[in-house]
Amino acid sequence: MRTAVRPHILNYMVQYQQTRFDASFAALSDATRRGVLEQLGRADASITDLADKFHMTLTGMKKHVGVLEQAGLVTTQKIGRVRTCKLGARRLEEEAAWIESYRRVWAARFDALDKVIEELKRKEKTDGRKKRK
Amino acid sequence: MDAKKESENPTAAQRKSDREMVVTRTFNGPARIVFKAWTTPELLKQWWAPKSLGITFISCEADVRTGGSYRFVFGHPSSEQPMAFFGKYIEVIPDARLVWTNEEGGETGAVTTVTFEEIGGKTLVVMRDLYPSKEVLDDAIASGSTGGFNEEMFAQLDELLVTLGGGKQEAE
Repeated sequence: MRTAVRPHILNYMVQYQQTRFDASFAALSDATRRGVLEQLGRADASITDLADKFHMTLTGMKKHVGVLEQAGLVTTQKIGRVRTCKLGARRLEEEAAWIESYRRVWAARFDALDKVIEELKRKEKTDGRKKRK
Repeated sequence: MDAKKESENPTAAQRKSDREMVVTRTFNGPARIVFKAWTTPELLKQWWAPKSLGITFISCEADVRTGGSYRFVFGHPSSEQPMAFFGKYIEVIPDARLVWTNEEGGETGAVTTVTFEEIGGKTLVVMRDLYPSKEVLDDAIASGSTGGFNEEMFAQLDELLVTLGGGKQEAE
C-alpha cells in the first residue's frame, strides 16, 4: 500500500535525516541556502536565476551553491555559459534509504502480525481440545 | 510457542523493477491462519498499525471478497486530519492470494498483490506493489526522501540548532 505507507515512512525519514544532518549541517544552517534547496526542489535553475530570485550578487550565490555542492545537496553542470544547479547527487542513496524505511514499516507490522498468528494458533489448539472432548 | 525474535524471520524489501516494490516475510504458522489475520478487520487492527509506527487506528473496515472494499482510517500526531486509505479487493483466493487497489492517491495508486505459500507448516508471504509507471514510483520515493527538505524538516533543523546552543550562524 504505497500511499498508506508514505506518511508512516516520514517517521523513519525524520530519524534518518537527523543522522544525516551532521554532514549537511553547515550547509543548511543558512536561510538563503535552505531557500535555494527549496527552490531547486521545484525546478532546476541557473546560478543567475537563483541570484535574481534571492536578490544577491552572482558571486554571493556562487558561494552558497558551492557550500551546498560540497555537502552533496546540490550538483551543478555547466552547459555552454550557463551553470545549472539541481538537487542531488544522493538519489541512489535516497532510494536505498526509502526502501529501507519501507522495509522497516513492514517489519514492524509483521512483528506485530507474528503475535496475532501465535494467538490464533493457541486458540485453535484450545478449541481443538474442546471439540475432542 | 515461544516468542520468536524478529531476526529469525527477516523482512526483505526490494525494488524489483522500475515500477514494482516487493516485500517478503515468512511466518511461523499455516497459510490458513496467516490469511485469516490479513482478512479479518478485528485482527488487522491488531497488527497493521503497531505502536512503533506512531499511528493509531480510528476505524478499520474490510469486506474481503472479490469486488469488496476496504477503508482504514488512522490518526497520526503529525497531522490533525485523520488519514484514510481505501480501495477494492479485486481478487480474493482463500489462503492463497489477495489483490487490492490503493485508491486514496487517485490514479497514481499501486495495485497490491499478496501471496501466501505454505511450506512445511510455515507461510511465505510475498507482497508486491505494482505502480502504474516508473515515474509514479520515482515520485513516491522522491517525496519520501528529498521531500524531507520541507518546512517541517527545516523547523526541526532550526530546533536542533537552538538545542545545540549555536543559534544560526552565517557561514559565509
